[in-house]
Amino acid sequence: MHIEIDEISKQFGTTAALHPVSLAIPSGALVALLGPSGSGKTTLLRILGGLEFPSSGRVLFDGRDATGLSVQERRAGFVFQSYALFRHMTVFDNIAYGLNARPRATRPTKAEIARRVTKLLDLIQLPEIGARYPSQLSGGQRQRVALARALAIEPRMLLLDEPFGALDAKVRKELRQGLRDIHDTTGLTTVFVTHDQDEAMELADLVVVMSMGRIEQIGKPQDIRARPATPFVRDFIGA
Amino acid sequence: MSDAAQIRFRAATEESPAARWTLIALAFAGLAILVFAPLIAVFVEALAEGVTASLKSLASPDARDAIRLTLTIAAISVPLNAVFGIAAAWFITKFDFRGKAFLITLIDLPFSVSPVVAGLCIVLMFGANSALGGWLVAQGYPIVFAMPGIILATMFVTFPFVARELIPVMIEQGRAEEEAALTLGASGWRVFWTVTLPNIRWALLYGVLLCNARAMGEFGAVSVVSGKIRGQTATMPTTIEMQYQEYLSVAAFSLAAVLALLALVTLLLKTALEIRHADQLAAAHRH
Ligand SMILES: Nc1ncnc2c1ncn2[C@@H]1O[C@H](COP(=O)(O)OP(=O)(O)OP(=O)(O)O)[C@@H](O)[C@H]1O
Ligand SMILES: [Mg+2]
Repeated sequence: MHIEIDEISKQFGTTAALHPVSLAIPSGALVALLGPSGSGKTTLLRILGGLEFPSSGRVLFDGRDATGLSVQERRAGFVFQSYALFRHMTVFDNIAYGLNARPRATRPTKAEIARRVTKLLDLIQLPEIGARYPSQLSGGQRQRVALARALAIEPRMLLLDEPFGALDAKVRKELRQGLRDIHDTTGLTTVFVTHDQDEAMELADLVVVMSMGRIEQIGKPQDIRARPATPFVRDFIGA
Repeated sequence: MSDAAQIRFRAATEESPAARWTLIALAFAGLAILVFAPLIAVFVEALAEGVTASLKSLASPDARDAIRLTLTIAAISVPLNAVFGIAAAWFITKFDFRGKAFLITLIDLPFSVSPVVAGLCIVLMFGANSALGGWLVAQGYPIVFAMPGIILATMFVTFPFVARELIPVMIEQGRAEEEAALTLGASGWRVFWTVTLPNIRWALLYGVLLCNARAMGEFGAVSVVSGKIRGQTATMPTTIEMQYQEYLSVAAFSLAAVLALLALVTLLLKTALEIRHADQLAAAHRH
């Protein structure tokens, strides 16, 4: 799905989290929002997912105005920074949550839900953990379960807030490749937030560098490396 | 050097043995005098003329009416306060608005206001001499000296228990799980039943137990609004007081023993909860 952000701004009281920003994300792209802490990355991602509403501007999905769509109507697979797994449910029930929440007319049968959850557990390469609770998983396993839960609703796009933030370097590398693979097999338009420039450069097709609520540069990783548009970008990517 | 061998490492917070034993002894003496002795005295007095006399007094119409009324009051006011407490805690923790700190203070108000004052306020507002109360009496729905007044008074006094247990737990858990459920397509109502409520269930039960214990034991506010009409508006605590004033010692203490037993059951359930779900309840007591 093609996503267009048209002059979006966001105020929290007197602080401006986003000055008007514009950005076009081609269908099927894997995009990184890169920037230091407080630059407005999470805010922009939450506006895309419908968890926050912009103070001004529009969001367009496939050319249609989606600014007023509720979070449920957006059908965005969202992976939270701390994963936000439902702590009182098993991994199986976590992944099945979105399917069970559908209105009866479109809800799959129990057997169908079980089949899909099993398939997703295979996809994240954790076929054995369906009966466990989130507290019984490692950080990396939790991250993958959160991804599977987001994929279960057959989302129109995938939004991830610092998906590898809380993990050690080795696991990060593995999961990076995992996300790339899942993106390539599903073909979903994917936006992820990071403040790690290596991660952004290595993984993304398109990198959006942000600072203080503004977009500093949009470009392919190699272009940003070769031609930083502003002194901030040059500093930040350490070129 | 022999000096070095003599050094004993002691935690900074560790007291000398003498101080420690004195403190422990003091704590036990305090507990014995303030808690155990009165509790035992209640049961001793209740059984002063034997078990049969005690049971007979409990079977009297006055005692039976009082027990029935107290249980009815608790059965109505505790669920209502549970609902209000959940609503208040949810509103306070899931939304950002100005005056939040003030609202939290307001929830605690019933703890700092004397129950007698609370009872008088209800009498002033709904008594037959007030415009509202006079009108309600004329319609055949008296509040004061009737069940609705007792329920109002009980609810006022016990309002903070549930909300106070829930607010810290819900603040600690944050909004992320609810937001995740919303992005997965769940409606707000569904999120409440499948995510919010299960996450707070033990803290809620804990708050409800405390609320219930207090609802059954409330004396001050209830004695002001109820008028203590025997067989109609006399609850267990007010009946105990009346019987005691009339030198019906066995009757008063038998009823008091029943009330104490109900409280002990509550305490046992509460302790069981604390042992089994310490992690979740800890959030509420760290603040
Ligand atoms: N709910 C909120 N209320 C008030 N201010 C907020 C809120 N959410 C974000 N902000 C402010 O908006 C700005 C951008 O925040 P945002 O969370 O988008 O940054 P970020 O780029 O994701 O940072 P980080 O890398 O630390 O997560 C910050 O100054 C932040 O303090
Ligand atoms: Mg962030």
